[in-house]
Amino acid sequence: MIFDWLPPTLIGVLLVLAGIGAVRRINLWRAGQSEKVDILAGLMAMPKRYLHDLHHVVERDKYMSRTHVATGGGFVLAMVLVVFVHLFGVKSEILAWALLAALVIMFCGALFVAKRRLNPPSRLSKGPWMRLPKSLLTFSITFFVLTLPAAGILPEGFGGWLLTVVLSVLILMSLGEMLFGMTWGGPMKHAFAGALHLAFHRRPERFGGGRSTGLKPAVLGGDVHGVSKPTDFKWNQLLGFDACVQCGRCEAVCPAFAAGQPLNPKKLIQDMVVGFAGGTDEKYAGSPYPDGSGGVQDVGNAVGGKDQIITNGLINPDTLWSCTTCRACVEECPMMIEHVDAIVDMRRFLTLEKGDTPNKGAQVLENIIATDNPNGYSPASRTHWAADQNLNVMKEVKQADVLFWVSDGAFDMRSQRILRSFVTLLKAAKVDVAILGDEERDSGDVARRLGDDATFQSLAKRNLATMSQYRFNTIVTTDPHAFHCLKNEYGDFGSTALDGVEVLHHTTFLNRLIKEGRLQLDAFSGGKVTYHDPCYLGRYNGEYDAPRELLASLGIEVAEMERSGYRSRCCGGGGGVPITDIPGERRIADMRMEDVISTGAEMVAVGCQQCTAMLEGVVEPRPVVKDIAEILAGQLKEMH
Amino acid sequence: MQPNVNVVSLVSIGRHPQSGRSRRAEQDGRAVELGLSLVGEALTVVHVGEDQDPVLRQYAGMGLPSMTVLSQGKECDALPVLTSFLKAQLPSVVLTGVRSESGESSGMLPYLLAEALGWPLVPRVAEILHIKDGQAEVLLALPRGQRRSVQVTLPFIASVDNAAQEARQTAFGPGLRATLHVETVDSVVDDAAIQWEMSAAKPRPKRLKVVKAKTAADRMKAATAKPVGGGGKIMKNETPAEKAQAIFDLLLEEKVVR
Repeated sequence: MIFDWLPPTLIGVLLVLAGIGAVRRINLWRAGQSEKVDILAGLMAMPKRYLHDLHHVVERDKYMSRTHVATGGGFVLAMVLVVFVHLFGVKSEILAWALLAALVIMFCGALFVAKRRLNPPSRLSKGPWMRLPKSLLTFSITFFVLTLPAAGILPEGFGGWLLTVVLSVLILMSLGEMLFGMTWGGPMKHAFAGALHLAFHRRPERFGGGRSTGLKPAVLGGDVHGVSKPTDFKWNQLLGFDACVQCGRCEAVCPAFAAGQPLNPKKLIQDMVVGFAGGTDEKYAGSPYPDGSGGVQDVGNAVGGKDQIITNGLINPDTLWSCTTCRACVEECPMMIEHVDAIVDMRRFLTLEKGDTPNKGAQVLENIIATDNPNGYSPASRTHWAADQNLNVMKEVKQADVLFWVSDGAFDMRSQRILRSFVTLLKAAKVDVAILGDEERDSGDVARRLGDDATFQSLAKRNLATMSQYRFNTIVTTDPHAFHCLKNEYGDFGSTALDGVEVLHHTTFLNRLIKEGRLQLDAFSGGKVTYHDPCYLGRYNGEYDAPRELLASLGIEVAEMERSGYRSRCCGGGGGVPITDIPGERRIADMRMEDVISTGAEMVAVGCQQCTAMLEGVVEPRPVVKDIAEILAGQLKEMH
Repeated sequence: MQPNVNVVSLVSIGRHPQSGRSRRAEQDGRAVELGLSLVGEALTVVHVGEDQDPVLRQYAGMGLPSMTVLSQGKECDALPVLTSFLKAQLPSVVLTGVRSESGESSGMLPYLLAEALGWPLVPRVAEILHIKDGQAEVLLALPRGQRRSVQVTLPFIASVDNAAQEARQTAFGPGLRATLHVETVDSVVDDAAIQWEMSAAKPRPKRLKVVKAKTAADRMKAATAKPVGGGGKIMKNETPAEKAQAIFDLLLEEKVVR
């Protein structure tokens, strides 16, 4: 047969081209900053990370997880067998039959991929992604026919040279997509970059059910702070961007995108790819950034290069300042890409290098630097809220069982009601508690999310130095943002102040008190109640149960919102977003209140003063907003 | 931008009114901002005092490649050092705040400098419109948002009012990397000042505000109307000698001169 050599040659050539593409792609990633990664351990852990952690996220969409298992699994198996059967010419009917089986599985999966693409939801990218199911189907059919003789179903040489040529053309088309496209930037790139991204992830703690949400500290004192150009990212961050499969799940959950603010996490990640690979975003085929006034921004004008400053032509700073750092995109991303890290990295450049924090940002940062609180109040008035509370101050008592971290809510009259309620509960349970009083400072949360890591680190170090003078076993705070900083971010500064100290949110702490029988509460009879999960309590710290158990202990059956738990929608108060205040079509807090109203609840319970402020900012009539501490304090049995 | 004009901004260590902590002084920041808008990075920013003060980095973070520090201790007088510095530099424009936020805070420095150098002083500037042919057109800030345009011959000293453009955000990185040119100077210890005893100011009792206006329109009028001087007198056609005599009489009457 004159053309028998053609299919194996094609397979071989495409494999080599894929190899060249892979080296080229790897070099693009290696242009990033160095980061210590255990390469071998990562590669070893990769299959488990893929099969367990990634699949766990994909499985939230059962249709897609089954489709992907069939298509992806079928393809990987088929590809390995194709190499043996068709490239190396291993004569084994068992292998050939196994290959046929793999191809059938893949074909079935590909049919469902094709079905999803018949009427794709808006979050999915179109363009080359619409071609993918056809390539998948072509691949499975082509190799099925090609393998039939090897399996002994058809005689050798069936169809003559004509079939061989036809099959060769189909091989070129489908295998081109699958192998060449995998490393040269086609849709299948997600498989190659994704697998390596799982292996070399910057937060390996996230795998195996772990959690890693604290931002990494910026290195202070270099030639540049934060990320100005794509090569300022760590190399494995660049790799992570490349892993994006453009499924748009991030887009579907992003509160800023829903509010019509100029942010779309998926587009952001694609722009990052444009940044380090060079070129423009004209090939992007997903939803564009909203323009802030009901329309969308044009696609195709963003230009990037690996040594070009990102905010000069690739991304508008407003896009970065729209993010509430709610982590919904990260939680939802099946590729476990870290959008929030990247956004804060770029914000660091804007704040620390350009001095360009929008709107009230500059003023707030200046206040934090000069007075340790964002509104510029006198640090000597921090404890005024507790003038009638008869609370122990650490400076006097030196030690206590519990340190109550009051947070900047001390300056805000609405938040003070939450603080007082919590103190009432602490006293009823006879907890040995003390506060830092005027020695407490802002936790640094806002400064850090606004990109000013210098100020955050300074605050963190000073707070740690203060705390190291005193002895306590537990820190409790009513502010999830301070909670997150204390628990997950203060550990990076080499202090022993928090060694052996348990950091708790007040809902967790109160739940323990109730379980220990130290609080006697009356049942609640105030109508239907729903619960809003604060991002920094839920997604950042995994505390979904304690608040619900507390409400249940009052006899409240929580009327859950559609988006609750790990899918909770942000209130719009995180990430310094109320300070930078980027215009949008709607307010995030209004949308969240619509979620609340749709449950028919008369009250929404919250566990965060920031959420309380945002939700209470929604115009009435609307359900009542109360912190769980306030609800509990209202049900406290009078002791006689 | 007029990069060929030599502009110097003088900065001091400010003091936050609530926390009492060192900071970039409000008006001095505006003096730097005004200087930057006039000549950009060609601006010379000078501080007299300790060269290790971290607040200097806050000024530098406004985008200054370098700053000049005339290094001397807290107990020394800034005036002689600045006078000799400016005599050597001969800038066209010197910008200062109206008064410092720490130290004596008398607001006298620009006046004393102007006197020592023999230059005109333009107090409470809101904006410098342009500098041309040895002349500058300057907008003075008057109460209630009013402005007065004046022509002044170079070189001159101007104190910058709170009405001037607010100081831009300071950026950590550039501030950290800026060069500080530290110059050792012949300092003069301020003998009078070290004798003084500093104590925290007591809040003065406030005069009760009696609202006389009966209607909203009256209140609006009171808040916006120009103050009408009762005993004022406009002299236009008199001779300069007569005008000077009138001023002298007024100063006598007000017991400014005796």
